Amino acid sequence: MKGPLAKTAILLVGMYVFLKFILPLFTAPLPASLIFLYLALTFASAMIFYTMSGGSLDEFMGPVGRFLTGSGQVGIAGTARILVFVLFPLLVGWQTYTRLAPSDMPPAENRTIHPAPPGEFVGLANPYPRTPENIMMGKGLYAAFCSPCHGANFDGKGPAAVGFNPPPANFSDPGTIAQLQESYLFWRIKKGGVGLPVEAMPWKSAMPRWEVELPDEWIWKIIMGEYDGAGQSPRTWEEEE
Amino acid sequence: MKNHGIIENLKSLVPTVKPSSLFGWSVFWVLVLLPALVWAQDAATQAMSVEYRDIPGLGSRNVVWVVAQQHLLLAGFVLGVPIFAWVCEIVGWKTKEARYDKLAKEFTKLLTSAYATTALFGGILLFLLIGLYPKLMAYLSDIFFPSFIVYCLLFLLETVTLYLYWYGWDAMQGNKKTFHLFLGFLLNVFALGIMIVPNAWATFQASPVVVAEGTAIDRAWAATWNPTWWPVNIHRLIANVVLGGFICGAYAGIRYLLAASQEEREHYDWMGYVGNFIGVFGMLPLPFAGYWLMREIYQYNQQMGITLMGGFLAWLFILQAMLIGVLFLGANYYFWMGITYRIPGSERSYRRPILAMLIVLMVCLGVWMTPHSLVASLEEARKMGGTHHPLLGVFGVMSAKMTVANLMILVTFMSFIMYWRAGKQETAGWARIAKAVMGALLVIAGIAVIVLGVWGYFVPAIIRINYFSVAQVLIVLFVMVTFTPLTAILMKSAKTTTEMVWGQMPIRAGYALVSNAVMVILLMSLMGYARSSSRVHWHIYGVMRDTSDYAYSPALGYAAAFMSLNTFVFCLLVAFIFWVATMGDKGKKIPDQKEPEPAKIPAGVTPAMAGGSPREQD
Repeated sequence: MKGPLAKTAILLVGMYVFLKFILPLFTAPLPASLIFLYLALTFASAMIFYTMSGGSLDEFMGPVGRFLTGSGQVGIAGTARILVFVLFPLLVGWQTYTRLAPSDMPPAENRTIHPAPPGEFVGLANPYPRTPENIMMGKGLYAAFCSPCHGANFDGKGPAAVGFNPPPANFSDPGTIAQLQESYLFWRIKKGGVGLPVEAMPWKSAMPRWEVELPDEWIWKIIMGEYDGAGQSPRTWEEEE
Repeated sequence: MKNHGIIENLKSLVPTVKPSSLFGWSVFWVLVLLPALVWAQDAATQAMSVEYRDIPGLGSRNVVWVVAQQHLLLAGFVLGVPIFAWVCEIVGWKTKEARYDKLAKEFTKLLTSAYATTALFGGILLFLLIGLYPKLMAYLSDIFFPSFIVYCLLFLLETVTLYLYWYGWDAMQGNKKTFHLFLGFLLNVFALGIMIVPNAWATFQASPVVVAEGTAIDRAWAATWNPTWWPVNIHRLIANVVLGGFICGAYAGIRYLLAASQEEREHYDWMGYVGNFIGVFGMLPLPFAGYWLMREIYQYNQQMGITLMGGFLAWLFILQAMLIGVLFLGANYYFWMGITYRIPGSERSYRRPILAMLIVLMVCLGVWMTPHSLVASLEEARKMGGTHHPLLGVFGVMSAKMTVANLMILVTFMSFIMYWRAGKQETAGWARIAKAVMGALLVIAGIAVIVLGVWGYFVPAIIRINYFSVAQVLIVLFVMVTFTPLTAILMKSAKTTTEMVWGQMPIRAGYALVSNAVMVILLMSLMGYARSSSRVHWHIYGVMRDTSDYAYSPALGYAAAFMSLNTFVFCLLVAFIFWVATMGDKGKKIPDQKEPEPAKIPAGVTPAMAGGSPREQD
């Protein structure tokens, strides 16, 4: 097991074991699409490295060529070769079947999490000053209306969160509200899941349409409280004084 | 016969008209012709009120999509090639290296053959736009008419200059060479003008500036100077060099694969190297220009920015990451093969650094390609607690993407430096110190880029965008501008330990060059679609709405099929053009007449163009 081909096989198996079984010991499991991507990159790396020179290319492709042509493949090796030729198409067939067979599971989706807001919400600025009183009021309103789902710690882990799929947004994650302007949050809170545009299909948001219950002033102050509580800053084009 | 009789009667009446009854006859003719005038006016009004026309079966948008993309890609090539053809000519003139002049001429030959086809597609596109989108074109003509005149003039000047530049190549050698170089300079100035004028029309559609008052020139100028005009100009200028370089590289790659003699193999191996070098050289600053463009788009309109990078077009940027990654890998792979094959015996000594660079590139590519919202089944999403992975989700945001893009640029640059230094031994007394400084600088730069990237998660977006991202770019640029002259000085006095051998590259090197060209064409088709689609249902964003049957954004799969079709058609076109352009060469060759001897690299030579050209030491 010294040749480049064997090393590549070991590398791929090792990578798969790491991504599929070891990494989930410390964090959430990876989706199959990501595992496939990382394995493809690993395989591409091996291909690039071992085809860099004539010598390593021969070492890499030699066993493949011998296997395909059957040159020197006698005894157990010959039987293994025939087995592979039989099993490989079956494996491909099985994979195809499992992909196409009717299932009660919805297909994997590339959902658009941050669709573009409607024009009337673009460029709106928070009309209320960022005073301690307003922030405090915003946090109070947040505690009353938002924290049951988004959590008292702004981490998306409120008591009601377990009932939703996808779960409520985690505001302390720098990949969520820190990437957005306040006007964007205003739109999402005001219009809720039902106000999402076509590009956000499938509409998977249980966010209520808060405009029917909360005045705009409260929404703006909730936004202020959210950013402050989550330790994030809204995306702006001007630096704060 | 009856009608004929009436006309004859009318004719017979006309000469008998007396001056006194002229008024009466005038009234008569007006009364007769008035209905016809009204009908004609009606017909004209009806024609003017046509907003769209369609091509049944194909669809007007599809046809315009293909023709516009072909025109744009051809134009990119035609405007990019003169830049480096001229630079090659200057290098040949300064170094007295005939092969650079020959190379520049060969590049220009490809340019002349592609020029007419570009103009042809431009004409077809114009007719299609006028016919299929009359309302839009009437509006654009109303605003941009003065710039149409400027464009025509520039086109005329470019054509005349190109004729003189190409046909006068052999006649303007010797004393007249400087004049020829001046023509090359003019060619590039006019080419720049030809690029930036239509860019104003296209960028106006995305970020319009409409001024209701003022003269026609005032309005045209205001519309031209729109927020995305210069970011697109710069981005396209660099991208054209990349496209031109990689296409010339692919041309050389194919010629290399088809070469019948060792001389041809050596020449086209070298030409392939230069093409790849130009492509990489342009590719290094390209992400910076792209970042600036996106920043301007966000600043101009948050909605458009989100549609592009967070909304339904965001998946295109994952495809973009993949294509750029393959391009970086392809370019590096070619450099690394160059070290292995052109510098015999170097494989063992460079194996480890190459492996290290490959690992860094692949890790960076893995991060770049990791989407923010992962493609996951319901079950997988439940296990992750959403479509954001708690650990790897952090790779999905710009801070991570900017960091890995900068690192990939840094690695590719180092790959080139390594190639440049391969097979040579520095003789300068201060070489050891210089190399130590460069090594330390490289490590510090890499660490600084990563630290800024990680820090970027913990500061407001504006700080990251305005300071951290800019600092990352400046760090990488600093490495480039310090390493390049330092290496050049070191190499000037270096002695060659292993002679570089041209024409020994394996056939997969030729395929790598072709693959790079295909990737860059796909990339331009992809991002062209992204830029155009960001206007969504507007012809002119916020000003003129698309009310045609095609006022919807095509599904990404459909769009991807068109990008592939466009790439395929363009490759066919280029192959045909180059085949026609080189057809004459075969006829010209006289059996006894030998090609100019391609310079072998003797021991003790220094490169005129980093790593590529052999030149005798003074």
